[in-house]
Amino acid sequence: MKKVLWAGALGLLMPVIAAAGEYNITVDRVMIDTGDFVKEGIGYNGASPGPVLRFKEGETATINVTNNLDEATSIHWHGLILPFTQDGVPGISFAGIPAGETFTYEFPVVQSGTYWFHSHSGFQEPNGAYGAIVIEPKGREPFRYNREYVIQLTDKHPHDGDRIMRNLKMMPDYYNRQQQTVGDFFSDISNHGFMATVQDRLAWGDMRMMKADVEDVQGFTGLINGKGPDQNWTGLFEPGERIRLRFINSSAMAYFDIRIPGLEMTVVQADGNNVQPVTVDEFRIGVAETYDVIVRPKTAEAYTIFAESMGRSGYARATLAPEEGMEAEVPELRDAPLLTMADMGGMHGMDHGNMDMSGSGDMSGMDHSSMEGMDHSAMGDMEGMDHSAMAGMDHSAMMMSEGGASDPFYAAGSGLVPVAANGGKFLSYSDLKAQKPLYEEREPTREIELRLTGNMERYTWSINGVKYEDAEPLRLQYGERVRFKFVNETMMTHPMHLHGMWSILDVGAGEWNPVKHTVSVQPGTTVYMETEVDAPGQWAFHCHLSYHAASGMFRKVVVEGGPDQGNTADIAVKQDGGDA
Amino acid sequence: MREDTSGRKDPLTVWGVQFEELEYRYSDDDEELGVWNGDAFYGTDALKFRWLGKGEYAIEEQAYEQLENQLLVQTPISDFFDAKAGVRFDTPEGPDRTYAVIGIAGLAPYWFEVDASLYVSDEGDTSAEFDAEYELLLTNHLILSAGVDATVAFSEDREIGLGKGLSSTETGLRLSYDLIDRSFSPYIGVVHERKYGDTADFARAEGGSTEDWFAVIGTRLAF
Repeated sequence: MKKVLWAGALGLLMPVIAAAGEYNITVDRVMIDTGDFVKEGIGYNGASPGPVLRFKEGETATINVTNNLDEATSIHWHGLILPFTQDGVPGISFAGIPAGETFTYEFPVVQSGTYWFHSHSGFQEPNGAYGAIVIEPKGREPFRYNREYVIQLTDKHPHDGDRIMRNLKMMPDYYNRQQQTVGDFFSDISNHGFMATVQDRLAWGDMRMMKADVEDVQGFTGLINGKGPDQNWTGLFEPGERIRLRFINSSAMAYFDIRIPGLEMTVVQADGNNVQPVTVDEFRIGVAETYDVIVRPKTAEAYTIFAESMGRSGYARATLAPEEGMEAEVPELRDAPLLTMADMGGMHGMDHGNMDMSGSGDMSGMDHSSMEGMDHSAMGDMEGMDHSAMAGMDHSAMMMSEGGASDPFYAAGSGLVPVAANGGKFLSYSDLKAQKPLYEEREPTREIELRLTGNMERYTWSINGVKYEDAEPLRLQYGERVRFKFVNETMMTHPMHLHGMWSILDVGAGEWNPVKHTVSVQPGTTVYMETEVDAPGQWAFHCHLSYHAASGMFRKVVVEGGPDQGNTADIAVKQDGGDA
Repeated sequence: MREDTSGRKDPLTVWGVQFEELEYRYSDDDEELGVWNGDAFYGTDALKFRWLGKGEYAIEEQAYEQLENQLLVQTPISDFFDAKAGVRFDTPEGPDRTYAVIGIAGLAPYWFEVDASLYVSDEGDTSAEFDAEYELLLTNHLILSAGVDATVAFSEDREIGLGKGLSSTETGLRLSYDLIDRSFSPYIGVVHERKYGDTADFARAEGGSTEDWFAVIGTRLAF
């Protein structure tokens, strides 16, 4: 494919740094060349992704954003703690940035780590309006490294966001090309017998759900730092160096399983907050999450950074090499996972409140299949199964991960449990422990249950069965500590993102629970997080899958009281869960 | 408090156009037809406006054997089903008819797309139409779809050749290939049309056929 030369190349040399912590950003129409296709999109300073904004903890960030589009725009600083008027959500924090105008963001930088920024207007983010943020800490970091790279992923699609949204509403399976076919039916019969296969198909057909419904939007090209697999973004190193890789998942919809064959990765940070180092062979990065890992290649050879999407429909690839032009082998995509009845647990998902770290469910008698990762077996004992209840289910005949792999953050017997390609260690949420507690440990003042709900067939997504358009804001009191209980009643994974305040994920580690800004909730599970309500004003709270947020899985959160009384004083105090 | 006027608070409005059938038919007694069956919608999750159109154009006679347009409003009544109501205009060669329509459409268990309508004509006659469709994925791009469409009349309308009871069925089997994602899917297929009871008698009296087999070639469209 012919390379399209774009003036945006100049943009890479921008932004003009005016002063410490000051940036000028233009929002532009750009051409995005993935190597597979060229698509017009939106970028910053003439390129997508935009520049890496670097700040120092303690300074004041001043960012002048000039909108060169013919539509309104906005920039949200994902994961940054700042006054709500600077959070960049049109209709909640501010009025947005009209076409042709410049808006100046100004806020104190009170944290450090890896974050990102993106448009919060329409589908500008999936269309390319995203970039990375790196904040240098005041003090010394608890880990050492010789060089660092931002590794920003996205799932660039040849269709623009509006069109994808419309297609999903017209035909929810529009982009799903991994559906089960007649061929799968016959191969299942030969593997599991006729009756088991028929019963399996009847059970799913009865629910009108698809096992293959893991990725709503397929057909994308995975990009790393704006480069497709064939364009092969390359980061250089000297053998023996410690390299810090700042992974950011800026995808609209795709979760990625990331590995660097031949290298162990030591996870040192999640969502910008230091964690107690944990060495893994592979990890899954949810949409909008960030993970910082340290790798130490000892030999002068090339290493492939391989990120295959959770649904195995696409991948991103980059290379770490001692010199430009070197390449390592690119692995094959593994087989696509299929959901199991466990993922349909809905109302009766697992409860992670008092987690048993040894995993969950009775794993004895598991079918240790030989296929990499999964055994797509039909379930036995379907007769008389109550699909709404996990209790009493016989997991023994259900497909399980190799070696009976389980992860307490997935339903017992889930088809989505990730397994490391090399049979080694795959990161789990339960491995994440804060390096240093951010808040004093205390009892939550109340619990709010948020059921993650939706209807795949209509492609409507909601919280507690209510779409944003019909919902009252969720009202929190300044100074309280809220325990959120997420109950995922859908068959999709939802990365839930609360703006403005930290999400302390309950992994059963008490004061060492990790501090995040985005929490993935797997199908059929219940996950708890706690939030210290320390940021007055109005905030957005939503599923970070672009097309889920746009079709209703979104809330406004109002924090009442606190130092900035003026913002919310006109709100009548109401104590409720936030739904009309 | 800032009101969210960004548009995010407004119900998502979507539109779409689909032609399930857009085809040339060649019958076992050398009749040639151009046939379409399509719909277009505009609206929100709660309320959609829908146009449904069906036509059969006899190429040799240059006449519409069937020309039907429906204007409907549609609203969800359950997770998988919508209720619909509106007007149907039939303007083929011969007498015209206008009908009031109520019906349901949606996805039945085991992935059957079903559509049932009740019609009351301006002549006061009542009839019903039931349509079911099933798609079998040979591969993720090669799809065999089977459909059956049956019409039942609760009273006779001699003028348009409609007899009481089960009057006609149309059964189709089409093998399509998704050439350009799901927007352009050419197919070949076979269609069987049959008339029953009094309806068949009326057709014979007119010198028409009561049973036809067609080979079809055409394309599905969605945009």
